[in-house]
Amino acid sequence: MAYPAAVKEAWLGELAGIRQKGIYKEERYIHSPQAARIQVEFPSGAALQPVVNLCANNYLGLSSHPDVVAAAHKALDERGYGMSSVRFICGTQDVHRELEQKLTEFLGTEDTILFASCLDANAGVFEAILSPEDVMISDRLVHASIVDGIRLCKAMHDTYKHCDMAHLEQKLQEHQDKRIRVIITDGVFSMDGDIAPLDEIVALGEQYHALVFLDDSHATGFIGKTGRGVHEHCGVMGKIDIITTTLGKAMGGASGGCVSGRKEIVELCRQKARPYLFSNAVPPPIAAASITVLNILSKTTERRDKLEVNATFWRKGLIDAGFVIREGESPIVPVMLFNAKLAQDVARDLYYEGVYVVGFFFPVVAAGQARIRTQLSADHDIPMLERALESFKKVGAKHGILGLDKKAIIEKFGQ
Amino acid sequence: MKEMILEYIKNEYLDEEEAEDIKLNENTPLISGGIVDSFSMVSLKRFLEKKFVISIPDDEASPQAFDTVTSILALVNRHLAKKGA
Repeated sequence: MAYPAAVKEAWLGELAGIRQKGIYKEERYIHSPQAARIQVEFPSGAALQPVVNLCANNYLGLSSHPDVVAAAHKALDERGYGMSSVRFICGTQDVHRELEQKLTEFLGTEDTILFASCLDANAGVFEAILSPEDVMISDRLVHASIVDGIRLCKAMHDTYKHCDMAHLEQKLQEHQDKRIRVIITDGVFSMDGDIAPLDEIVALGEQYHALVFLDDSHATGFIGKTGRGVHEHCGVMGKIDIITTTLGKAMGGASGGCVSGRKEIVELCRQKARPYLFSNAVPPPIAAASITVLNILSKTTERRDKLEVNATFWRKGLIDAGFVIREGESPIVPVMLFNAKLAQDVARDLYYEGVYVVGFFFPVVAAGQARIRTQLSADHDIPMLERALESFKKVGAKHGILGLDKKAIIEKFGQ
Repeated sequence: MKEMILEYIKNEYLDEEEAEDIKLNENTPLISGGIVDSFSMVSLKRFLEKKFVISIPDDEASPQAFDTVTSILALVNRHLAKKGA
C-alpha cells in the first residue's frame, strides 16, 4: 500500500499548524457514567480528578437514569444488540416504529422518521425534498450539520443575520420568484443559548409563503411548559413544517435523531434521504430506552422544572459575581471572555478547581467572541452549583475580570 | 464602486453593535477576519453579479478572492474587462 512520505509530511505539517494555532482538540477520559459529577483523567495518565460537569448536553440528567438503563438492558435481551441492516431492508423492529409514533405525539407533528443522528437528519432532509428552483434561507448561526445539509442540496441558499426578522423579511421578498422557500433556524442556538423568535418566523412564513424548518436539538425535552420544544415555548405547535432533533442530548444522550413534520416530507425522506437509506438503523437498546425517556417526560415535568430553577440560579449567580454572560432563558449560559487565550486559561484553572468547562473561540464562535459555555442539568443541585460559583469567583478574581464589562475585558486582554 | 461594495457589506453582514465597533475599509479581512463567513458570502457574490451584470464562476468565488474589498474589486474588474473585450 502506497503511503508516500510527502503525503505523510503534508498531514504532519497540517497537524502541527493546528497545534500552533492553539485549536488542537484533546479528549479527556471520563472514568464514570455521564452525570453532574464525573471522574476525569486529564491529561492522559494523570490521577483522576473529581469534577462538576458543566459542559454536557445532559440537560435532563437522563443519560444514566436507572429506568433508561433498565429499558436498554431489557431491549438488549429481547431485541438484541444491532440490526445489521438499514431500515428498509430488514432493519425495522416494532420499537423503531413505536419510537417514531411517540416522537410524533410528543412533538405534535404528523409523522417522524428516525436517523442515526440529527447530523444525518440535517444532512439528508433538504436534498430529499428540494430542487434547484427552490431556496433555503437560514439564520447565520445555525448548527454546522445544517450547513452541511444545505451544501449537499441543489436548491439555492441564502442567509439572514442572526435572529434579525427585518433581514429575514427582506430575503423572503427577494426570493418570491422561487418555487419553495424554506426558512431554516435552530430553536436554541448552541453557542449563545438564545431562543429563536419562532412565532415571528412562523408569521413571516405565512405572509411570504415559506415553509419553516426548526432544529430543536438543544430544546427537545425541556424548553416550553411541557418540554416539547421552542415551538411550544413560542406558541406555534402544529405550525412547524419540519422539525429535526436529537436523542443524543436531553433525551437520554446516546445517539439517534429524527425528522418530524409534514407527512409527505417524512415519506419523501423514507424514499430519498441518503443517510436513512445507506446507514444502519438505530440500535434496539437505544430505540427502546428512548421510548422510556418519552414516557418519563410525558408523565411529569419535574426534570425540566428543576433544570429551569438551576439555570435561573446559575445565571443570577454569575451576574451577581460580576461575569459578563449572554442573557437568555435556556440552560446554555455562555460566560463571555472575548479573548481566546483568556477563555482557555480560565477553563484550565476551573478544571483544577473541580469544575469541568471548555473554552470556545474563533472559528467555532465569531472572532473576538471567545467564551466558556456552561450548560446546566437537572442532575445538578443548588449546593453543587453554589460550590461551582465559588470556583468561578476564585478564578475570575485571579484573572481580574470580575465586575469588568465587555469593553474593559477587551481593553485589558485584547480581543 | 468601492464605496458601494463597502456599504453593501456593512448592511448585509454587520449587526448594529458590530457596525459601531468595526470600521470597514478596502483592506479589512472579511472572511479570514471573521466578518463574513464563507457560507454567507453567496449573497455578496449574487449582489456583485447583479449590480455589475457579470457572472462569477463558483471556482473563482473563493474565500481568498472575497477576503478584502480590494481583492473583490480585482475580481469584478477582471470580469468587466472580459465582458468589454
